[in-house]
Amino acid sequence: MSTLLKPKPAMKVRGARAEGPSAWMVVPALVFFVTFAVVPLLGVLFLSFTNWNGLGAITWAGLDSWRTALTDSVTLNALIVTVKIMVYSLVVQVPISLLLGVFTAGNQRYRAVLAVLYFVPLLLSSAAVAIAFKALLDPNFGMGPGLGIPVLAQNWLGSADLVLFVVIFVIAWQFVPFHTLIYQGGVRQIPASFYEAAQIDGAGRVQQFFHITLPQLKYTIITSSTLMVLGSLAYFDLIFVLTAGGPGYATRLLPLHMYLTGFRANDMGAASALGVILVVIGLGLALLLQRLGGNSRSASQLEGA
Amino acid sequence: MALATDAAQGTEARARQRSQRKLVGRSMPNFLGGLGGWVWLALIILPVYYVVITSLKNQAGFFGSNPLAPSTSPTLVNYQTVLEANFVRYFMNSVIVTLGSVIPAVVVSFMAAYAVVRGSGRIIGSAHTLFLMGLAIPLQATIIPIYFMITKAHLYDTLLALILPSIAFAIPISVLILSNFLRDVPRELFESMRLDGCSEFTMMWRLALPLVRPAVVTIAIYNALHVWNGFLFPLILTQSPDKRVLPLSLWAFQDEFTVNIPAVLAAVVLSTLPLVVLYVLARRQLVSGLTAGFNK
Repeated sequence: MSTLLKPKPAMKVRGARAEGPSAWMVVPALVFFVTFAVVPLLGVLFLSFTNWNGLGAITWAGLDSWRTALTDSVTLNALIVTVKIMVYSLVVQVPISLLLGVFTAGNQRYRAVLAVLYFVPLLLSSAAVAIAFKALLDPNFGMGPGLGIPVLAQNWLGSADLVLFVVIFVIAWQFVPFHTLIYQGGVRQIPASFYEAAQIDGAGRVQQFFHITLPQLKYTIITSSTLMVLGSLAYFDLIFVLTAGGPGYATRLLPLHMYLTGFRANDMGAASALGVILVVIGLGLALLLQRLGGNSRSASQLEGA
Repeated sequence: MALATDAAQGTEARARQRSQRKLVGRSMPNFLGGLGGWVWLALIILPVYYVVITSLKNQAGFFGSNPLAPSTSPTLVNYQTVLEANFVRYFMNSVIVTLGSVIPAVVVSFMAAYAVVRGSGRIIGSAHTLFLMGLAIPLQATIIPIYFMITKAHLYDTLLALILPSIAFAIPISVLILSNFLRDVPRELFESMRLDGCSEFTMMWRLALPLVRPAVVTIAIYNALHVWNGFLFPLILTQSPDKRVLPLSLWAFQDEFTVNIPAVLAAVVLSTLPLVVLYVLARRQLVSGLTAGFNK
């Protein structure tokens, strides 16, 4: 029996060429990915050195497009807006989703029911979320007059001072449920014996949270934060429909700036330069956060479980 | 003797149970956590509630009544307006693009994942590296070359223009997750099938596919959600109304219906309905589909 189950080394050597799938199995996926991801990735670098209005001929422009993109004060503003949205999103979303994740991981029946309802925003497309909030935040026909609270009847999306916070709130509304799910999964993987031991030692709820839950969630926090940071480079559709980058340039973050430069201002060269910047930032952040996570990812967190 | 030990063990177990109950009993209900949970629920539900009740108001009711009070005479007239505004066409376009992207994406990703896990060699190795790199790169940054390629291929303003790049963008995460699951299939199973004279192709469909079917469902749902809700590709790669998909149609309805906010919100409800139905029918698969790969 055991000999049957063990791979036979002799046969393996003899059949070495025949064994294992041939490389053609990977070819269909490779062709798609190279054509529509790798080639465009090289293409964006190439196009950043050209002049193109999106319709006519493409002409070589040297560093002109880069000069246009980098000296444009809107680009610097877009970078600042992107960083602001990134940082504020982290500051707002990490604690909320962490606490909600811990909360929904509990065994009580009502928490399970709440978790089912928390999920609802994830069913809506970004366009739908943006349209819903546009209507809800309307100073005349939205929640302000609905609740009869004058403070809520502001011109939320028309004020350059308020709009960034509205955007951050709407992003949190849409994405906290997703991160809550990730944290819920993380909490459920913590062995119950840790908490039992802590309870016997007389540790209270708050102590348990800070001394067991939080350290045990280290990698979940890193994963979730990485997704949030990289996600803020992709919050294109939500902001495009909600504010179109306005008022003025108040919410024009980098991906939106790239789209508007290329497809509205018809300067595909400068837009490609912005695309390259976007790739470099994304790649840099991904590597940095990977480094932060440490190489000890394989080391067991479950010692003593 | 045996009976005595049983009895002793019984008392011991009961004592343990009692002490456990005492432990549980000692922890007070978490009022603060509960409060926070209900507050968040209110924040989640308010916009959803507002969208639904407003979509059931007529124009006069929308301008005349309290925005947060449900209509005293609910009407489906807005839904009729939306359905008459070519909504079914947009819906079908979304269905075509979603199925047309997800099915090929899952098939080619599954084959690639199988090759990555079971095979070796330079082509497979470098393909794997490429896919992994694809995970770290914000692929949205490539929309301009994609637009260029699609126009040069005379595919601009077709549904195929949306399908092709969607397949490519779905591949990295799909291969990653599927190969994680395929690695858990015991080698001995493949070995014994190989000794029976089965080809790799047969093993892939007859052995590997049934064993990792939950992962395949998860990855299909994950990709379907992304394509169904996708906005960027439709925005840059299509133009004419009869090629519109749902998210883009919502955006267009805003201009079309202008001040008829209840009709726009009815379109929001209608476009979300399929996913709500899916959520009710297959919540577990949908949830695991959404967090695909982040907990394994």
